[in-house]
Order: sequence, then C-alpha cells, then structure tokens
Amino acid sequence: MTEKVLLVDDEVEFVEPLAERMRARGMDVSTTTSPTDALSKAEKENYDAIVLDLMMPEMDGLQTLEAIKKKNPDIQVILLTGHATVEKGIEAMKHGAMDFLEKPVDIKSLAERIHKAQARKMVLVEKKNEEKIRNIILNKSW
Amino acid sequence: MKELDTIGETGLRFFGKVSASISHEIKNTLAVINENAGLLEDLTLMAEKGMELDPTRVRGLAKKILAQVQRSDGIVKNLNRFAHSIDETGKRVDVEETINFTALLAARLASGRDVTFTTISPEKPIHILTRPFFLKALIFRCLEIAMAAPDADKTIYLKPETNEAKIQIRLTGMDLKEAWNEGGFPTEEDRALLDFLEADIEVNSTKGEIVLILTYMEKRSSLSGSPAAAFRENG
Repeated sequence: MTEKVLLVDDEVEFVEPLAERMRARGMDVSTTTSPTDALSKAEKENYDAIVLDLMMPEMDGLQTLEAIKKKNPDIQVILLTGHATVEKGIEAMKHGAMDFLEKPVDIKSLAERIHKAQARKMVLVEKKNEEKIRNIILNKSW
Repeated sequence: MKELDTIGETGLRFFGKVSASISHEIKNTLAVINENAGLLEDLTLMAEKGMELDPTRVRGLAKKILAQVQRSDGIVKNLNRFAHSIDETGKRVDVEETINFTALLAARLASGRDVTFTTISPEKPIHILTRPFFLKALIFRCLEIAMAAPDADKTIYLKPETNEAKIQIRLTGMDLKEAWNEGGFPTEEDRALLDFLEADIEVNSTKGEIVLILTYMEKRSSLSGSPAAAFRENG
C-alpha cells in the first residue's frame, strides 16, 4: 500500500529532491516549506506520516509537532534535523514524535521508518474502529 | 581569580553555542548535497534501465551541489575566523565589522525566531583596542536578549556610535515592556564580562533599546590591577 507522506522543511533545495526520491520509491509525497501550511494540510489530508524539520523560522518543529498531534493524534511524525542532541530527541518523543532522525539521512532508513509509521497508524485506526463497533453493539438496544 | 573563572566559563559557553549553531548549518548543507547527489544516483540507475536521461537536469543538479559546497566553504571559513579570534588577546578592531561578524554568527539562531539583524553604518569607521573574542561574546549576549524580545517588525537594528570618551553600540527594535527579562539580564556572568571589558550596559525599556557602552582602552589610566590593566601590560 502506498504511504502518504508530508515533508516539511524550510529548505526548498532539500525538500524537493528528497520528495522526488521518495516518489521514485513508490510513496505519495507532498511538500511544504511552511509549518503553518503543514498544519492546514495535516487537517485536510489523511497522511500516514509527516517528516518534520526541527528548526524552522515560522514555528519551532516541536510546536508544530504538538499542534499536529493535537488535531490528529493518529498521524505519525518523524522529526528530521541537523540539530540532533539526546535532549532534543527525548523532548521530541515526549511531544509524541514516532522517531527522531539526523540529517543527512539515509533514504533507506527513512523509507523504513515511514513504512513502520504507516503500519503503526493502521493499527491505531483499526483499534479505534473496533472500539466504535463495540460501542455501537453495547449501546444499541437490539 | 573567581572573576577570571567566570569569564572563562562565559567564553567557553559562547564558543560552544556558536560551534553548535555552525555544525547545524553544515549538517543542513550536507543534507542538501546528500539529497541532490542521491537524486543523481537515482536518475543514472533509471537511465541504466532504459529511461532517457536529460543532460540539462543532470547539469542543474550538479550546479545545486556545487552551490552547496560553496555555501559550506563559507560557513567553515567563518568558523575558522571565529575560532582564531580567541588567539588575539588584544587587538584594534573595527567595531562595525565586529558587530557584523557577530550578527552573522547569531543569524541562524535569529532566523529560528524569524528575526533579522541590520547594522546602521557610522559616518566614519570606529576602532577600539579590545579583546576581540570577548567583545564578540558580549555583543552575542546582547543579540540573544534582542532576538528573544523583538518588536512586531522583527528587525533588530545595530548602530555603532562614538564620542571622544566612549563607543556605544545601540540595539533597537525590541519590545521590552513586558516579561522580557526573566533571566535577570545582565546576570552575574554578564557583569563579570562587562567588567573584564570595562564596558557597561544601559537598558531603556520604554524605547525598546539596549546600549552597550565601551570605553576606549587608551583612556583607562586608573585601572591598575584590573584585567584591562593586565591586558595593557601584557598585550
């Protein structure tokens, strides 16, 4: 199944070739250089994963992550950064990131993480659906 | 002795902050090179499988890679220049040039807050005999305060000024009316650095202005035994 991914990074020279490489590997990729735009895209589209830069001018990556997770807790967010420290990694995980990768990234490991993100999201959605069905069965007066 | 320890720590902290920021910039250029080189590899692999390879496309990617190599070279040159500024125990420097270079070192941190720095050139070049590394540390500290409290315009203006007795660096474009100083600027460490450089700071919250006041080293005659005096004697 094709993974639907949103790439968010303020550096267009980085985000465009990466998106093209991911598309060549069968993924459905959208890009944006603006965290605000990323928030509105995440609201409208049903992404499996969002790959997010940690440091952007408009809005900090962690703030963006928090806002995305608030609106859609099932979306899996992978932080990709040149500013990797243990502290930042822990902070990212606390904010609900699925993973924390360092730039420059190996496309194979990024693709693997995205694949995992999709699987994880599917499990979450299935769980929610099961709960919904259970609630309907329990609450319905037959 | 305690004062010198504090200054040493402040200097190291400044060096660490700038090095971390520069390493991040280098990582970003490497990431761009990595993706464009990776795309070139993908295109050649596809060409091997029979897909037509457009030479203009390949040239465009090669150009992007070369541009990033130039960018990285500029970053490393700045790092080198910065690292060597610690060798200069005492030197006459151009104040505007020092401000510009320090603003360049702080630019990436400022861009994270969407803030930019603009230097207003003085009518004539202003020079000061100082410890260049620690003067940069002091200016950097003021820039950190300024970038955390910009006004709506998000541009911090830096203006070197002078009269016979002193040199001033005026930072404007801040909103200092509310909760900008939770860290208690200038802190004890800032004070030690100010004393070391025989400088002072004035903050005008109403105007949204920080003024860094530097004394001409040549004018200091009553400072025997002070770090500045030691500096004068030892160069």
